[in-house]
Amino acid sequence: MEKLIGEFSLGLFFWQSLIFIGLLFMLRKFAWKPILDAVNDRETSIKDALASAEAARDEMKNLQSDNQRILKEARAEKEVLLKEARATRSELINGAKEEAQEEAQKILSQAQDAIQSEKRAAVKELREQVGSIAMEIAEKVLQKELENKDRQLELVDQLLQDTKLK
Amino acid sequence: MPLVLNKFYSIFTLFIVIFFTVNTVQAKDAEASGDLKTEIKEYITHHLEDAYDFSLFSYTNKSGKHIYIGIPLPVILWDEELHVFSSSKLHHGLEVVASGNKYYKLDHGKIYRTDASGIIFYDESHHAKNIAPLDLSITKGVASMILIATLMFFLFRSLARSYEKNGGVPNGIGRFFEPIVLYIRDEIARPNIGDKKHGKYMSFLLTVFFFIWFLNMLGLTPLGVNVTGNIAVTFGLALLTFLITNLTGTKDYWLHIFDPLGSSMKWFAKIPLYVILIPIEVLGIFIKPFSLLIRLYANMQAGHIVLMSLIGLMFIFKSWLGSPLSFGLAFAISIIELLVALLQAYIFTMLSALYFGFAAEEHEHH
Repeated sequence: MEKLIGEFSLGLFFWQSLIFIGLLFMLRKFAWKPILDAVNDRETSIKDALASAEAARDEMKNLQSDNQRILKEARAEKEVLLKEARATRSELINGAKEEAQEEAQKILSQAQDAIQSEKRAAVKELREQVGSIAMEIAEKVLQKELENKDRQLELVDQLLQDTKLK
Repeated sequence: MPLVLNKFYSIFTLFIVIFFTVNTVQAKDAEASGDLKTEIKEYITHHLEDAYDFSLFSYTNKSGKHIYIGIPLPVILWDEELHVFSSSKLHHGLEVVASGNKYYKLDHGKIYRTDASGIIFYDESHHAKNIAPLDLSITKGVASMILIATLMFFLFRSLARSYEKNGGVPNGIGRFFEPIVLYIRDEIARPNIGDKKHGKYMSFLLTVFFFIWFLNMLGLTPLGVNVTGNIAVTFGLALLTFLITNLTGTKDYWLHIFDPLGSSMKWFAKIPLYVILIPIEVLGIFIKPFSLLIRLYANMQAGHIVLMSLIGLMFIFKSWLGSPLSFGLAFAISIIELLVALLQAYIFTMLSALYFGFAAEEHEHH
């Protein structure tokens, strides 16, 4: 200890303190402050850049999921539309079929009606013609048959007889 | 003459028995090495101490005179008035310097006021009794510190400027120093002092780290300076740590010293404990920086002693086995010293940060 105190040089201590404190203040002003500030600035700018990159990535992800969603929606809509179209189509076809059937039925029944009435008319005409022909034939037959008196009397008799039977 | 003989003897016997050679040389040298050993010891002591001039080497010429080669430095004395003269006038203590109307002489590394004939009076324990003036000389140590301070200033200012010029990215030597600056901030200051408060201590921590490291490194160069192994320098550094710690101490820091148990105990129970605890805590305030100054001083001093002793051994052995061996050892120790130079700077900075951390704490009470 005594040796240490003996070695202690006041001059060296004085100069050391002076130099060191001087150096401390000079370096603080001209070196440490600018260095640490620059490093801090750099670090914050790196941090910011990383954060903004992260944000951009998130946004990208959002956009992508949005796109996905929109695509899905569009696909679903397409599906719906298609389904609707299919339904409409089948409805249309069915409707048309029914209508056609109805129309056909109608036409058919009209045709039937027409045929019936034609037939009836034809039958009527035929009947009239047959009647007139039969009358003519009967006229002619009667003219021939009733040429003599005997025959006329015989017939009257026969007719009278038939009438009694009834 | 004995040198040539030894060499011849060594070369001759090396081919027969190496071990025998070593023994023989040591035996042969025993007579002469008495002087050599004291010379080496003196040389080491001289090296460890501060000096008034920047001596590079010295030799003894044919007429037996010591010739010193080096740079003289200014001697500044305050002895009722200012005395400034070149250290070359001291002639390493051989001559008396007349300055103003007073006379000064160098004796065992210190300047004393003498009379015109330069007589130094000694007491029984061989200490000079003459008056020693207030010595503010630019010694070797001071010159080294000025050199390092200048170097540091330009180095780190250029680093700071390279940020401006290069858009926030350092170039050149700054690329090497920037990670160290960041290491001190992120691994020393922040964990010990805390994220919020480390800022105001950064300047001191950075300056003290590079100052000690560079001075330690300078001490390993053949210039042979030993600044950080000087008690006055380490005292100055530790004193600053002490002052900063205690001047920035928060309420919690002082509470921790004078009321370490806090509210965990009733006041009357604390009294007998505090009779012991408070003196210990108060002593701790001083012991902490004191350990800093002793650690740095002792490590650097010891490193220099070991290194120089090993180099000295080369001259004592003077054999084909011993000298290369001690050279190898000295080389290995030099490499370890390179590490120690960094390590001691780191430890000083680290512990300073730790003490600042105590001073700056504002914490959960325990």
